[in-house]
Amino acid sequence: MKWEHKTGRDLDNKQKAAAVSVVVLLGFGLGFGAAHLLEGYIAYWDIVSGPFLLSLRVTLAAGAIAGTTGVASGYVLAKGRFPGRDVLETIGSLPIILPPTVVGYYLLEVLSPGTRAGGFLTRVTGHVFVYNASGCVIAAAVAAYPFCLRAARTAIEGVDPLLEQAARTMGLPNWRVALQVTLPLARRGIAAGLTIGCARALGEYGATLMVGGDINGKTRTLSLAVLDSFTTPERDTMLLILVLMAVIAMTGIGLLGRSRA
Amino acid sequence: MTPALELAVARRIGEFDLDVAFTVESGISVLFGPSGAGKSLTLALIAGLMRPDAGTIAINGQVVTDCARRTYVTTQKRRIGMVFQDGLLLPHRSALDNVALAVRQASGRQARRAIARSWLERVGAERFADRRPGSLSGGQRQRVALARGLAGEPALVLLDEPLSALGSDVRQELRKLIRGVIMSSGVPAVLVTHDAAEAEELGDVIIAYDHGRVTGTRLVERPECPERPQGAPESTGPV
Repeated sequence: MKWEHKTGRDLDNKQKAAAVSVVVLLGFGLGFGAAHLLEGYIAYWDIVSGPFLLSLRVTLAAGAIAGTTGVASGYVLAKGRFPGRDVLETIGSLPIILPPTVVGYYLLEVLSPGTRAGGFLTRVTGHVFVYNASGCVIAAAVAAYPFCLRAARTAIEGVDPLLEQAARTMGLPNWRVALQVTLPLARRGIAAGLTIGCARALGEYGATLMVGGDINGKTRTLSLAVLDSFTTPERDTMLLILVLMAVIAMTGIGLLGRSRA
Repeated sequence: MTPALELAVARRIGEFDLDVAFTVESGISVLFGPSGAGKSLTLALIAGLMRPDAGTIAINGQVVTDCARRTYVTTQKRRIGMVFQDGLLLPHRSALDNVALAVRQASGRQARRAIARSWLERVGAERFADRRPGSLSGGQRQRVALARGLAGEPALVLLDEPLSALGSDVRQELRKLIRGVIMSSGVPAVLVTHDAAEAEELGDVIIAYDHGRVTGTRLVERPECPERPQGAPESTGPV
């Protein structure tokens, strides 16, 4: 049998009617499906938007804290000439090695008003750091810190010391050499560490659960909401939304790192 | 008149033993000798990038290093300018910003950049003021480095083999430029080289180095400038 290509003009009436029917049915089907999904998304948005926005705020705050302290301590470890530098880096890297729940336990020991250290901290600052957003930020910052520290130290050590010497011959004081020469030249490594640190802060679970709790509308971050979604009847849809949101947030962090580099 | 530089230092690094003393007045003094004679080490000691084991260094009458009295002025406060062998321009800044960063005598950014631009014009580098060092040729980079070394109104400018990484044509061109710019600026200079022709063409005084010692000092006769620099030392030893 020889196949012939037919244009719209070549189709007979039966074929035209069948094609129109298929298109209409497909249109209805897609329309109903889209409407149903949209309804679902809108319904779940109210549940998910809180954790999503909290996670973004926590990640940004934790990234700022871990980035600042990580770069500062990375600079000291890279440039300082004192014994025990490697020991200090190992201590700073403990949150990578320790299980997050152990980190959470130590944080509770330090922050909880019920403990000696935490009670002192609460009296001095007048602020409670557990079971609120502050606790989430601290837990995420502690998780992100080692990545910022190690990346910053490596990047700063990689800067050509002759360029820093050249800057000193120009009369720049050491703090300007650090800010205008060393850190700009180490920016790619620092940005990479900050990006990984922020990603780690976004995904932080164990320590956040212990220090922040899992209080709906108050300390429930995206990571905690993923587990909670297992208890809802529409968990597949919920999980899909959460994963999509995590991807969006991760992409944002990745773009942030790329633009800074 | 106060000498631009008075130096008498000793420094031992492994088997190498540096022990030198000389005085620099106006004009260009060339430390000339084979590689490994201790010339660049001497510049590093003058700049404060390394510390001597013993001795004193005074720049423009100010003692910046005195080992006996444990006096040690940091590099930043020595008011020196330095031109390195490979320029050592900051790769993340434009040529103009590299020079502006070295300007000490103005506080505002615009004022610093205006001074930097005028120095780039003096060394013939104004065309690539906005370019990064990575996109410049070796000769262009050294022009910018020369402008940077002089832009901060230093009491003394140190040039560590500034032409040794360049081709012969560019080297010849830059010799004239370096001498012209330094002499017109009035800033005394100490230049290190192992090239005899370069030493003759650039220097007013040649200080010969060998194995960590000064083996002689000689004035260079210049037809266009017959009078020797003020306070220049008498010739001593074979150079």
